[in-house]
Amino acid sequence: MNNKPIFKYQIISNFDWVIFGLTIIISIVGIFTIYSTGGGSGGEPSRIYIKQIYWILYGLMAMLLILFIDYHSLEKLAYILYFMIIVVLIMVAVSGKTVSGARRWLSFAQFAFQPSELAKIVIIITLARYFDDKKIRGFYKIRDLITPAIIVLIPAVLIAKQPDLGTAMVIFFIFISMSFLIGINSRSLFILAGSAIVSLPFLWHFMKDYQKDRILTLINPQADPLGRGYHIIQSKIAIGSGGYMGKGFMSGTQSQLNFLPEKHTDFIFSVFAEEMGFIGALLLIMLYIILIIRGIDVVYHARDRSGSLMAGGVVSMLAFHMIFNIGMTTGMFPVVGIPLPLMSYGGSYLVTTFISIGLLLNIKMRRFVDMG
Amino acid sequence: MKIGGLERNFSEEIKVRMLVFTLFIAVSFSFLILRLWYLQVIKSDELKLQAENNRMRIVPLKAYRGKIFDRNGREIISNRPSFNLSIIPEYIKDLDKILPLIASSVKVDAEKIKRYIKNSSAPFQSVVIKKDISWDEVAFIEEHNLDLAGVFLEIEPMRNYLYGETGSHIFGYLGEITKTQLEGLKVSDYRLGDFVGQYGIEKKYESILKGKRGSKYIEVDVAGRELKVFKQVDPDFGYNLYLTIDIELQKEAERLFEGKNGAVVAIDPKDGSILAMVSKPSFDPNLFAGGVSKTYWSNIINDAYKPLQNRAIQGQYPPGSVFKIVTAAAGLEEGVISPASTIDCHGYFKLGKKNYRCWRKGGHGRMDLRNAIIQSCDVYFYTVGFRLGIDRLSRYAFGFGLGSPTDVDLEGEKTGLIPTEEWKESVKGEPWILGETVSASIGQGFDLVTPIQMANMLAAVANGGTLYKPKIIWKAETTDEKLIKESNSKIKGNLSVSQKTLDIIKDALYGVVTDQRGTGRASNIKGIEVAGKTGTAQVIKMPEMEDKKDEEIPYEFRDHAWFAAFAPYENPMIAVAVLVEHGGHGGSVAAPIAGKLIKSYIEKELRSQGVEGARENRKLEHLNP
Repeated sequence: MNNKPIFKYQIISNFDWVIFGLTIIISIVGIFTIYSTGGGSGGEPSRIYIKQIYWILYGLMAMLLILFIDYHSLEKLAYILYFMIIVVLIMVAVSGKTVSGARRWLSFAQFAFQPSELAKIVIIITLARYFDDKKIRGFYKIRDLITPAIIVLIPAVLIAKQPDLGTAMVIFFIFISMSFLIGINSRSLFILAGSAIVSLPFLWHFMKDYQKDRILTLINPQADPLGRGYHIIQSKIAIGSGGYMGKGFMSGTQSQLNFLPEKHTDFIFSVFAEEMGFIGALLLIMLYIILIIRGIDVVYHARDRSGSLMAGGVVSMLAFHMIFNIGMTTGMFPVVGIPLPLMSYGGSYLVTTFISIGLLLNIKMRRFVDMG
Repeated sequence: MKIGGLERNFSEEIKVRMLVFTLFIAVSFSFLILRLWYLQVIKSDELKLQAENNRMRIVPLKAYRGKIFDRNGREIISNRPSFNLSIIPEYIKDLDKILPLIASSVKVDAEKIKRYIKNSSAPFQSVVIKKDISWDEVAFIEEHNLDLAGVFLEIEPMRNYLYGETGSHIFGYLGEITKTQLEGLKVSDYRLGDFVGQYGIEKKYESILKGKRGSKYIEVDVAGRELKVFKQVDPDFGYNLYLTIDIELQKEAERLFEGKNGAVVAIDPKDGSILAMVSKPSFDPNLFAGGVSKTYWSNIINDAYKPLQNRAIQGQYPPGSVFKIVTAAAGLEEGVISPASTIDCHGYFKLGKKNYRCWRKGGHGRMDLRNAIIQSCDVYFYTVGFRLGIDRLSRYAFGFGLGSPTDVDLEGEKTGLIPTEEWKESVKGEPWILGETVSASIGQGFDLVTPIQMANMLAAVANGGTLYKPKIIWKAETTDEKLIKESNSKIKGNLSVSQKTLDIIKDALYGVVTDQRGTGRASNIKGIEVAGKTGTAQVIKMPEMEDKKDEEIPYEFRDHAWFAAFAPYENPMIAVAVLVEHGGHGGSVAAPIAGKLIKSYIEKELRSQGVEGARENRKLEHLNP
C-alpha cells in the first residue's frame, strides 16, 4: 500500500453501473417530459427543459464529487454539517426568498437554492453517525430514540415552518426508516405506533386550514372541483385519459392545454402517464423499482453499519418520494409538494437526488475496501 | 477484525428488517400499479370523456332568421346585429373597479352582475348581463376595453321590424320558447332561451323562417381561450318569405286608420291575394324581439281594447247593411223579386204586432232593387228576406263565404255566424222566430262576420263570382333567391249566382258611390270608378239612444261602421272591407277611408304599370333603332 491511487481497482470494479445508468435514463425521460409540457399551449416556448439539462449536469458533477469523498469522512463531518445546515435553515427563515407564499429559497447571485433539500442528506448522515456511535447492543428502546428524534425535529420544524410540509414529512419518514433499520424492540415499536395514531388528532389541530383542506379534498375531490379538488381531479383525468397506450409525446391535452397544474414539477408523472399511457407509466415505475432494489442491495451489502444506515436513509428517502408523488398524482395521497426523483423540474431537488444517489454509489464502491 | 465481525453481524442483524422494509416498498408500489391500472384501464373511457369535455367547447352559432318581403320585394322584416354586454366571471379580477366604470355609461344592475359572478355555473362561459345595448354603450365599452378585462361584447342577430307597428298582427312577434313548447316537440334543435315565432306569420311559418343552428367545435385551454377550431358547421339561413302584402298600402291604411279601432282588409280580386290587413289597436313587435319587458306585456294584456287581437280575422261583427248584397242576390236568384219590381217603404215593416223600422224615418217611398241598394232601404230588404225565409237566405250567405272561415294562412281565424232554423234549435234550443229573419235580412240579429269574410265577398262579387281562399304568403326563397315554395291561388267556391244577378248588384253598388242619394258617396274618387256598400252595425238596440247623435252615445254602445267596396268597376284591382269599431255610420266614417285607400293603391299601381310600359317601349326602341 505504498502508492495509493485515488480509486483502488476494487472501488472501480464495484461501481454500480445499473444505478448510475438508471439515474441517467430516468433523467433523460424527465427532460423529454419537461420538454413536452413546455411545448404546447400557444404561449411562449418554454426553455425550462434546457435549465433542467444544466441542473442534471450540475447534479452529475456533485455526484462525482461525492464519489471521491469516502462516506466515512462524511460521517466524521456529520455534526459540523448538521450545525451548518441548521444555521442555513435559520437564515432562510429570517431572510430567505419568498416564492408564492413559502420562504424556502436562499439566493446567491442569480442562484436560488432550497437548503431544505440538502438538509435531508445531512440528516441522513447525522443520524447514521449518531446510531453508529451509540452501538447499543440489542434493540433500541423509546428513550434511546429521544436524542435522534431531537436531531431530526429541529430541522424538520424549521422546514415545516417555511412552510414545506412535504419535505418535513420526508425527513420524518427517513427518521422512522433509519430507526427501524437500527432495530427497535417490538414493545417500543408498538408504543411508538400507538402514540402516533393517538397524536393524529393533535396534529390535525395544529395543521393549517389549507393543509386540512388538502386531506379533506383527497377524500372527496368533487366537493370543490374548481378549487381545492382541482389538482387531484385534473391529474386523475390526465392519467386516466392516457389509457393503455397514451396520447403520444407532446399530445397530452390535459397538460398541453394547461388543465393540469404544476405540470412540470409535482405533477410531471401525470404528464408522462397521459402521454405514454399505462404501458409507459408501468415501464417508468419498473425503472424506479429496479433503482430501489439496487439501493436495498447496497444497504444489505454495505461494508459497515454506518454505510448500511446511510444507504438505508437514502433508499427510504427515494422510495418515499416515488411512492408519495405517484400516489398523490393518482389521487391516493393529499396534494403535498413532494417531487418525483429525477423527473420533476427543480434544481435543488435534482442536485440533492444526484448527491444522494452518489452517496449510494459511494457506499457500494467501498464495500470490500479495508479501511485500515 | 472485531469491528469487522460486528459489521458482518449487522448485515445478519438487519436481514429481517430489510425484508420487512422491502416488503413495505413492494406493497406500496403494487398499490401504485393497481391504482394506475384502475385509472388508465378500468376508468379510462370515462376519464377520456372528461378530458375531451375539458378541452372541447361547442359554441352554438345562431341561425339568421329568414327575412320577410312584401309583394314588391320591399324588405319588411330583417335582422340587425345587436350587441350583448357579456362577462366571463373568471376573467374579472377587480370587480370594484370594473363595475363603476361600466355603470358610468351603461345602465346595469350591479347586484345582478355580482350574483352572476358568484353563481357562475360553468367555468369560463360568458354570461350576458345586458342585451342589445345602444351604439353609445357599445362605443364606450370598445373604448375602455383595456380597463375592462373579462367584459366584452357578443354580437347576435336581432329581429328588426322595419315598419314598426305596421302590420304587426300579420307578422306577429318572437318570444323565448316556453318550456311547454319545448317539451311538446319530439325532435328539435331548439333550446331553452331560443326565440321563436309566437304570433302571426312568425309563428305560423316558424319552420320556414328559422334556419338551422350551426356550431363551432373549439379547443380551449384552461383559461377558456379559444385555441383552434376543430370543425365549424355554419348556420343555415332561414328561407325568405315573400308576402302578398303591399307594405306601402298597409302603411297608408294604418295612417288613415289612426286614432280608430277596427280593421281593414284589402284583397286583389283577381287571385285572392291580401294586399293589406290592418287591425287596430296594434303593438310594436320590435319590443318583443329581445324578450318583451314585463311592463309592456302587462300593458298589452290588460288593455281593454285587446291590441293582440287581429280584428281582421278574429273580430266578429254584425255585417249590417253590407249584408243586403246577399239578400239582394238571393231574392233575384230565388225569384222573389225582379230588378223592376218595387216595394213601398213607409218607414217600417209590420210583422204581427211589431214594427221593424227603416233607418229613414219617413220611409223611402217606392223602391226598386237598384234604389233600395243605393239608399240602403231597410224595409225593401225586410220584405225580401221575409219572402225568402231564413234558410234560403242563409244558404246564399254561406255561398258568399260568410259564416265560415276563409282559410287564410293565419292562425286563430274566427268563423262568424250565419243562423239557420236548425242552428237555433240545436244551439239555443228554441224555434226560429220570423222576426229574426227580418233582422237577418239586413245583417243584424244573429249575423256575425269577420272583416276578411267581407273583403273576400266583395272580391268575389268584383271578379265575377269566384270565391278565393285569401292568400297572404306568396313564396319562400333561399337567400340566393332559389324558389322553395310558391303558393298558388286556391278557389274555395263560387257565389253560385247568375252573371245577370251579379251585374245587377254590381251596378247598384256602383250607384251607392256615385248616385246623388247613394249612402257611400264619401268614397267617391275622381277618375276611379268605385262600387261598394255601406253598413252600420248596431251594437245594441236602446230606444233612448235612437235619436241621439254619435258623440252623445257612450263609446261602447256606438254602432260599428262598415264599408265594403271594390274598384275599378270595369276591371277590379282591389276589394276592401273597412270596419271602424264603434265608429258610427258606415257612409260617413268607413267609406272615406276605403275611398282614400283605393285611390292611393290604384294610382300607384297605374303609375308603376305606366313606368313599366314606358320601360318596355324604350327596350323595344333600343332593339329597333
